[in-house]
Amino acid sequence: MSVPLTLLGLLERGPSHGYDLKRDYDAYFGRGRPLRYSQVYATLSRLARDGKAVAGPVEQGAGPERRRYVITDVGVADVERWLAEPVPPEPDLQSELFAKVVLALMLDRPADGYLDLQRAAHLQRMRELTELKRDSDPLGVLLADHALYRLEADLRWIDHTAARLDLLARTVRQ
Amino acid sequence: MDRPHRGPAGPARADGAPVTANLPAVAAGHGTGTIIEARNLVLSFGETPALRGACLTVRRGEIVAVMGPSGSGKSTLLHCLAGILVPDEGEVWFDGQRLDTLSDDRRSALRRDRFGFVFQSGQLVPELAAEENIALPLLLSGARRGPAMTAARKWFGTLGLDGLEQRRSGELSGGQAQRVALARGLVAGPEVLFADEPTGSLDSVSGELVMNLLTDVARERGTTVVLVTHDARVAAYADREVVVRDGKVSTLTGARP
Repeated sequence: MSVPLTLLGLLERGPSHGYDLKRDYDAYFGRGRPLRYSQVYATLSRLARDGKAVAGPVEQGAGPERRRYVITDVGVADVERWLAEPVPPEPDLQSELFAKVVLALMLDRPADGYLDLQRAAHLQRMRELTELKRDSDPLGVLLADHALYRLEADLRWIDHTAARLDLLARTVRQ
Repeated sequence: MDRPHRGPAGPARADGAPVTANLPAVAAGHGTGTIIEARNLVLSFGETPALRGACLTVRRGEIVAVMGPSGSGKSTLLHCLAGILVPDEGEVWFDGQRLDTLSDDRRSALRRDRFGFVFQSGQLVPELAAEENIALPLLLSGARRGPAMTAARKWFGTLGLDGLEQRRSGELSGGQAQRVALARGLVAGPEVLFADEPTGSLDSVSGELVMNLLTDVARERGTTVVLVTHDARVAAYADREVVVRDGKVSTLTGARP
């Protein structure tokens, strides 16, 4: 999963400190693998260097120095492009697709459209694998079946999610 | 993608008669590649809407999977395309002819002579032998028994069911019965095969056999197939898929390159 683009997506909700971005990333996408602070600040520095975010002035306070980051138009365009791009239809894509759906809902982007695109990409790959099976030996068929069943599981998740988008949107926007 | 014919047309009727329904003249200007078109179909069952402006175009020789959640209207759409149901609003065109305005008799003739059907299960006549079940569409179209049975028996090798010609449906496994049903749907050389969850009652291995057979025969003969399924692995045999949601066909579809 792309950490920079996910952080950029979280930043699109509104100006944020690195601390808040890390907290939200860990809550939604970390799932037992939280980001390190050093990784968050290094990523934010790179985003600022590349013109995708702007770092505000250092805010002095009782604690450590803090900066507020703001996404730029270039950054917004990057997020939009990334969300609209189907994830390569390989098994085990859940984490990135999950992140895209959650961010799309947070940002009021057309999550249903993204899911449709992903669905089409998945079925296209399944057609290729089904065609491949016709000319394969039994071991080749077995291998293709393994991929087909796992892609099918993703597709079920896509359909299930598409049917519950309203509920999910209310949850992530709370 | 405009898929060309992938082989010769299906077999002629067993009695040698042309398989043509008595239908109105072909409408001018209809696309040459299009065999079926649904335009803004609306259909309700009582107060319950099933189709809410469904549109679909199917090209000749294409295998199209119609997917969608339960109750989305995908089977209703298939029944409208096949002339089994008549929409409340909208138009259904087949081969340049308006289908939904035809009389019941003419739609029946069309279904008998130019369409084939495969459904989920329970469609074989239990009193008839497998070969008689396959021959049934030919017999109903007026073919003589001898040629019809000869035509039916030719299918058993293709089906991998040699030696089972005399079995009744109760003596066949689910997969064997469904292969017989598939042959029955194809024996008269239909231009379009409508298949509604054809593997829905089968295990995965039997389902795969049926789908391989269905797509092999359809591609060899250039038969157009409209395949309703909720199973992505079944849909993956098609050239493209469309998704029905809330009685409408999603505009976003995938396609074989």
